[in-house]
Amino acid sequence: MDSALFPKGVKRCPTWKFALWIGAVGIVLLWGVYAMLLCWLKGLNQTNMNDYYGFALWIWADLAVIALGGGAFFTGFLRYLVGKEELKNIINFAVLIGFICYSSALLILAIDVGQPLRSWFIFWHANVHSMLTEVAFCLTCYFGVLTIEYLPLILENRQIDKVPFFHNLGHNMHEIMAVFAATGAFLSFFHQGSLGGVAGVLFGRPFAFREGILIWPWTFFLFTWSAAAFGPCFTIFLLKITEKITAKKLVKDSTVWLLAKISGWMILTYIVAKTIDTIYWLTVTAPGAGYSAGFFYDNWFYNIGWLIAEIVVGGFIPALILITEKGRKNPTSLFVAVLLGVIGVSINRWVMVLQVMAVPVMPFDTWALYYPSWQEVATTILPVAYGIILVSLSYRYLPVFPNEVELNAAPEPVAVPETDPDMPAEAAPARA
Amino acid sequence: MEMNAKQHKYGMVIDLDKCTGCGACMVACMAENNVPFKKDESDNKRDSITWMRVFKVSNDKPYPEADICYLPRPCMHCEGHDGHSPCVSVCPATATDYSQETGVVSQIYTRCFGCRYCMAACPYHARYFNWWDPVWPEGMEKYLSPNVSPRMRGVVEKCSFCFHRYQLAMEKAHYEGRAELEEQEYQPACVQACPAGAIVFGDLNNPEHRVTRIVEPDPHHHFTGHSKKALRLLEQLGTNPKVYYLTERQWVRKALDQYNFGSQAAAH
Repeated sequence: MDSALFPKGVKRCPTWKFALWIGAVGIVLLWGVYAMLLCWLKGLNQTNMNDYYGFALWIWADLAVIALGGGAFFTGFLRYLVGKEELKNIINFAVLIGFICYSSALLILAIDVGQPLRSWFIFWHANVHSMLTEVAFCLTCYFGVLTIEYLPLILENRQIDKVPFFHNLGHNMHEIMAVFAATGAFLSFFHQGSLGGVAGVLFGRPFAFREGILIWPWTFFLFTWSAAAFGPCFTIFLLKITEKITAKKLVKDSTVWLLAKISGWMILTYIVAKTIDTIYWLTVTAPGAGYSAGFFYDNWFYNIGWLIAEIVVGGFIPALILITEKGRKNPTSLFVAVLLGVIGVSINRWVMVLQVMAVPVMPFDTWALYYPSWQEVATTILPVAYGIILVSLSYRYLPVFPNEVELNAAPEPVAVPETDPDMPAEAAPARA
Repeated sequence: MEMNAKQHKYGMVIDLDKCTGCGACMVACMAENNVPFKKDESDNKRDSITWMRVFKVSNDKPYPEADICYLPRPCMHCEGHDGHSPCVSVCPATATDYSQETGVVSQIYTRCFGCRYCMAACPYHARYFNWWDPVWPEGMEKYLSPNVSPRMRGVVEKCSFCFHRYQLAMEKAHYEGRAELEEQEYQPACVQACPAGAIVFGDLNNPEHRVTRIVEPDPHHHFTGHSKKALRLLEQLGTNPKVYYLTERQWVRKALDQYNFGSQAAAH
């Protein structure tokens, strides 16, 4: 029914099957929308946040999706600025994932603030000393860049492309995409860093506070670095899931291996830096403020396991798998590595938001633990459902994967020359 | 930073050895500042608004050595380093400000959009979010203070050192042709309500004021009190709070020492 909209030469599932899929995910989406409306109409009393947990599940989700969406800016940086031409095969998908992640982050922020209609105050009454101001400006600008990067892909839809204006617009946008990729990399450096700075500047919270250079705490640089390192892991992770669901090969192995190798080295360098930062913080910074290293992990829930999971399981292990040729070329170990990477960076964002709130600071205070309400969970799942729908629609109607036709072409039958009846049997070519 | 007589720095001294934990300061504060309350305050205290909150600290010893310390905790109006207090520097919309003129950390309710970053930054948990719109029992709205605007759902609020009292006192002073206030002209509600006289308030820049005489803040050492009885909560974090506590009880000093607290895990 909708085959006229499909990219040229590709096969897609029947419309009814697609509608059923979208409908199922749509139910989850509506559940999230309902919870979102409850939060907007009734207020944040719908959550389990409290005055000890002003930042909770949503801020973690926000930081996590922005880190995971870092694949867009870093892949764009590698493709357009470093000149890794091979990555042109995956750049569309990386941009799509980035677009979903950043639009989700903005949506979550719109739910998270107590007075959403005043959100513009952050721009109008901007406090230039606040890391959150920098986040708001760069995040919004970068979302604009991602929209510009995603737009040419929409214009390449088979039917839209027939309109000369859109065809030319899309073509011209492609021509200047390096400019937007550079802008995106610049903006991402600052907002990813500022998100790290959000926690790092909290000198009243010894679990979060870090020293640094001038106005930037070390977390500023670590967050940017980790987003560039783990973002591609998330792109590969989602690519492999998409390939599994569609039962097709969508990107060349060589492209995936190149991105995995770069990601692996980025993770390794990041996690070494993170380890040094952690050791310095636990042995110098925190004791200087009166808190011993063991104090931060002296809780049944927030124990040393979190640190090990983040640095070893979600850091060193994926890095070592991805930097070895054997590791990244084996489909199973590749998948395990990118999955661990995604978990590792998500744990980092978790502890830098929720454990910061949990650790007691005043001498007569106790650990504060929290569990989210169903409204918080539903609104956190909402972007996941939205993302699945946008990937599904983009995959079905837009040429997201330029090598799809080539990689999934049916093997051509081998031409068999006619046998000369006069030729002796042993001289005749063998049939394939 | 040197003391500047033209710049005031209002601060507080709370004598923990005098505080009986009666809670009069909390009640006075709520009434004075139109602080909203929940219908049922017996459940989760972590979403209750208490600009002034009295904490109970015990020495955990059996009778006859058992002892209790009640610790009233208003906003500390941290100066940080040159006004760089933990909450003010992080607010993205400039909805909270450190006044170099008075040393008071203000909160602009109509500008706050409820991101709660300031709450995350405050180690004293002195900032509160309005999770609900205020609901007053029938007739109570007639008893609300006309000098303090009630806050709506979705914004952060906190102790202001009863700043409206400062404004009223300054109005009166200007009317009388004075530029400066007498010590007793500006006193927060909690100070006046304390039956034990445990709370003293005044200008830490004015050597004549009782707070200064009691604490003897040292401007060359981040305003640490010279008085051997004086201490500040979480002083080592660099928040530079303007609320000082007095005690002669050694166990209280030890219990409020973050070095002692922060090394508990290592001592296990």
